[in-house]
Formats: sequence, structure tokens, C-alpha cells
Amino acid sequence: MVSKKVTVVNEQGMHMRPAGELAKAVKAHPDCEVILNANGKSVKAKAPMQIMSACIKCGNEVEIVCDGADEQAVLDEIAAMFESGFGE
Amino acid sequence: MEKFIGKSVYGAVAIGKISVFKKRDADVKRVHIDDIDAEKRRFEEAKAASIEQLGEIYEKALKEVGEANAAIFEIHQMMLDDDDYNDSINNIIESQSVNAEYAVAVTADNFAEMFSNMDDAYMKARAADVRDISNRIIDNLSGEGAKTGSSGEKVIICAYDLAPSETVSLDKETVLAFVTAHGSSNSHTAILARNMNIPAVIGVGDEFLAKIKDGDEAIVDGFTGEIFVDPDEETRARLSKKQAEDEAKKSLLQQLKGKENVTLDGRKINIYANIGSVDNIGAVLLNDAGGIGLFRSEFLYLESSDYPTEEEQFAAYKKVLESMAGKKVIIRTLDIGADKQVDYFNLKKEENPALGYRAIRICLTRPEIFKTQLRALYRASFYGNLGIMFPMITSVSELTKILDICNEVKAELKEQGVEFSENVELGIMIETPAAAIISDKLAQMVDFFSVGTNDLTQYTLACDRQNPDIEQFVDTHHEAVLELIRMSADNAHKHGKWIGICGELAADTSLTETFLRMGIDELSVSPTFVLKVRDTVRNIDLSK
Repeated sequence: MVSKKVTVVNEQGMHMRPAGELAKAVKAHPDCEVILNANGKSVKAKAPMQIMSACIKCGNEVEIVCDGADEQAVLDEIAAMFESGFGE
Repeated sequence: MEKFIGKSVYGAVAIGKISVFKKRDADVKRVHIDDIDAEKRRFEEAKAASIEQLGEIYEKALKEVGEANAAIFEIHQMMLDDDDYNDSINNIIESQSVNAEYAVAVTADNFAEMFSNMDDAYMKARAADVRDISNRIIDNLSGEGAKTGSSGEKVIICAYDLAPSETVSLDKETVLAFVTAHGSSNSHTAILARNMNIPAVIGVGDEFLAKIKDGDEAIVDGFTGEIFVDPDEETRARLSKKQAEDEAKKSLLQQLKGKENVTLDGRKINIYANIGSVDNIGAVLLNDAGGIGLFRSEFLYLESSDYPTEEEQFAAYKKVLESMAGKKVIIRTLDIGADKQVDYFNLKKEENPALGYRAIRICLTRPEIFKTQLRALYRASFYGNLGIMFPMITSVSELTKILDICNEVKAELKEQGVEFSENVELGIMIETPAAAIISDKLAQMVDFFSVGTNDLTQYTLACDRQNPDIEQFVDTHHEAVLELIRMSADNAHKHGKWIGICGELAADTSLTETFLRMGIDELSVSPTFVLKVRDTVRNIDLSK
């Protein structure tokens, strides 16, 4: 299991589009479980509605936890998505 | 005739017949089932059909409203595949031995409620998305779909509310306008209507739906949010005219949008817009202005019952700068007094307020107010291309004081580790004859000038602009005023600085050529005049 803390930089926070893109990326790795810890909540990153339910806003800190096949590569990929602000 | 009012989403006028958009009966019945596996299969099939339909809608949206707006339907597809959502539906079917329709409806309610309870306007609005995708599954389960009563004729669609997928699914060729009894301007439906250029009014209320029926004649005024059912002759004539004017303007817009502000012989000029509130940014972008040449910051003070805080101001300036995405935004510091009064400033009554305690004079005698605004402006500068402009300058010593305060503010921010841009341009309004006459000296101290022709005319000609009795003496083309502008332009250019005009004369197209010949670099006008001035510039030949 590996983890990394990132800060949400896109202004609207984890709204539908980034939540959707994140879930899509996570689902591409079915053998690696990805959890987001934010705002005192722990949510599965493969479910867009769960991601949104954590109401993650710009400036919030998010801990990404990956557990399973290629966990370091998956972690790097997901962290990079957060850091690039999901292209926004 | 009956009149209803809602919230305008897209400005345009539509005249035609009403078609009431009927939805499937909202009540889903709870039915006991015996074969749980078969019920789960029914759900999976309906879900698969829904995902396929959303794919088709996505393709349609891609063509009509572009990728950024179509993305919602791709996300809807993903929401249908959301594990929690699916687990909830399957659990309900299994544990309660109920029909799939009921399980979907209950799950939709739960998820929609979760979003509604979130402390964020955007997330609250997502409840509608959950209902939208769930209703699609229920429709597929029951083999029903929402239908319009339309028969090829263009109609005004009236509905309780429209889901994003319903909005895009409607055939654009048959829709004159949308009117909904409910809905939020934050919804994707509103965003889609705007992008489809269809007049839309939302939140008209339930009584509207109760009073209309298919085939009723109606007019939708998307500018004011008004809907006239069974309009009288006068209203019909007035709005037909408004519609024709709007269409003429939009066709001009189409011709001139994206074109350069360049004369026949190749001289370029910037055409910016004047605005007085964050709400006007839409008009600036719609009319293709190259930037904002005058943003009157007074609205922050006028709309407030006490001095606006640094945070409030910062948020407003940041929003403008971000919305303009790197284009120039010139914000003028507080310009109250004279004809603009604010109670909490407790300004005394004056015999001659235009020559009195106003604008920069207030800022320099009450520096705490000025510094709050400057701090907010510099902090916001990090988010775009900001220029700050000071009004009512008459002397070098005033400007020296102002620049000292700016440097103080910057030093403070630096010390506190607050980010700001080092490239903020500072400029002054040329609106007193004094400023124009000493413009040679002033030009060496700032980055730009902007001529405020209204005050410059009033002060040069000694004509109170509020007094209708002396209108015949106010010659806005007076040679003295034009000479002061020319003098300021020459002095600005002598020191390598740029000069714009942001007063009403900037939009006076009979003077555009004169201004171009003076070498004016920028004209800032009301958003609606941007294209008219562009049109004029493009037909001028300075080589003749």
C-alpha cells in the first residue's frame, strides 16, 4: 500500500467532470483499489458519486491511497491528475 | 393577455405557440416480485439501454454545443456505472423483493437527497443529474419515454423542469424557446440553452403551467424574463420590433466577431468595454471586446450597507480577472461623491459637489479605505492582466502620494508572503483640464492615460452635466476638449505610454477617425457599442 497527499488546485474543486475523469482513470486499473481521504471522509475513487459526496473543494488536502497491482504507478498517475488540476 | 416573469437564461425574443412538455407519470408503484434474478436482469438491460441512449445524446451534444458541454453526458454514463448506485438498487430489489422501477426511484431519492444536503450550491444542483439518469432507467424499464406534443411546427416548450438530457434531445429545429416552472441558473440545462442560443426563461412558477395549454399563442422575452400568453396587439408589435432589432444586431455580430480592429490602411486600435458590475462580463465576452477599459469599482460600495471588506473586494476583482482569461482589465479605484452618494461615507452636503470632495480626494484623506481597495486589487492581480486607474487627478503631488501608497501596499503584501503580479499597469484618468495641461509630467509617472470625456467636457466648458437648462451650451465636440485630448495623446506617446478614451465620446463614431489620427491607442465603450465602433474603424482609411 502506498499513499501521497496532494492539494486540489482546480477552482471548482472535485465537481462532476474531474470526478468522472478520476473514476475513469481508476477503473482502468481494476486490480488496484484507490481510496481518497479528505474532509474526514474516506471514499472509493472508482465511484464518481462517492467522490462528489466528499465535497472536496479547491485548496483541500486529499490523501490518495493505492493498494494492489502496480500501486506506485497508479498513485503517480492519480497524483499527477490532481496536480494538473484535471486540465482545468 | 397574461404576463408571467421568470429568470432569464439567454436573451432573445421568441414568438409562437406553446407546447407543454409532458413527462411520464412521476409516481412509481411498488410491486412485489418473486423472481429476484429476473428483476435484476431487467434492471441491467434498462441500464445498458440507458447508457447506449446517453452515448447517442453525447454525439448529438458534441455537434450542437461542443465537447466541454457534451462531457456531462459521458459523466452521466459513468454515474450509471457507479458501484454504490448499482449496489443500492440491487440490494433493494433483493432485500425487499420489489420491482426494479421502485428500487431505482428510492435510490435516486437517496442520492439526490445526499447532494441536496451538501453545503455547496454546485453540489446541490447535482441532485437533478441523479434524477435525470434514474428517470431514464425507469422510462426504459416501463417502455415509456417523454414526448413533446410537437408536430414539426416550431414551438415554445413549457415544462415543469427540463433535465440536461431532455434539453439536448429536443430537436433544435422545432424549438423556439424554453420556459420552465422550476430550475436553477446553475443547472446544465441553463448552460446548454445558452450554448444552443435558444431563448430560455426558468423558475416561472407552478401557476404558469396551470394556466397554459398546447397551442396557446405566447411571446417569450429572454432579455427581461417575461412571458406573455395570448399577447395583445401592442405587446406583439413592440416585441416583434425588439426581435427584429436583436436579430439584426446578432447578424452584425456574426459578421464582425473575431475580426480585427484595423483600418483599411492597416492601423490597429484596441476596443475595450466599460462595465459597472461583475454581471456585465457576459456582455463583454458576447460582444467580443478585447478587454475591459473601465471597470467602475463603485458598485461594490453602492450595493453595500457598510464598507466592503478586503475579502469581498478581492473575490469580485478575482472573478472579473479570471473570467477575462488574460485579457486586459482596467479597474478604476473608488469614484464616489458628486452624483454618486453612499450613506455610510457620511459625506457632507456641498454647494458644488462636482468640484468637491469626491473620488481620489476621499481616498487621499481617508487612506485606510484606499489601502483596503489597493490590497484587494493587488492580491487579485495574480489571477489575470490587471491595470489600476485613478480618477480625478489634478496634480503631480497627488499622484506622488498615490504611488507611495501603492508601493507601501506592495511592500506589505511581500512581507506577508502574499502573491501578486509585478506587472500591474498604473494609469490615471485625464478628466480635468489641469491633468491634460500637465500631462507631459504625469506621463512620466504612470503607464497609461484614459480620457474621461464626460467630466473633461464639464470642467473645460464650465457646464454642469446634470443641468438640462444648459444643454444647448454643451458642445461635446468642442475644439477645446479635443485639443486637450490631443495634447494628452502627444505627451503620452512622447514618453512611450499609451492612451485610451473611456468616456461617452469613445463610442461617438463621428469622432473615431479624429481619434485615430491623434494616435489614440484604445477606445473603451459600452459592450453593445464594441462592434459598431469596430465596423467604423474597419471602414476608415487614414492614408487619404
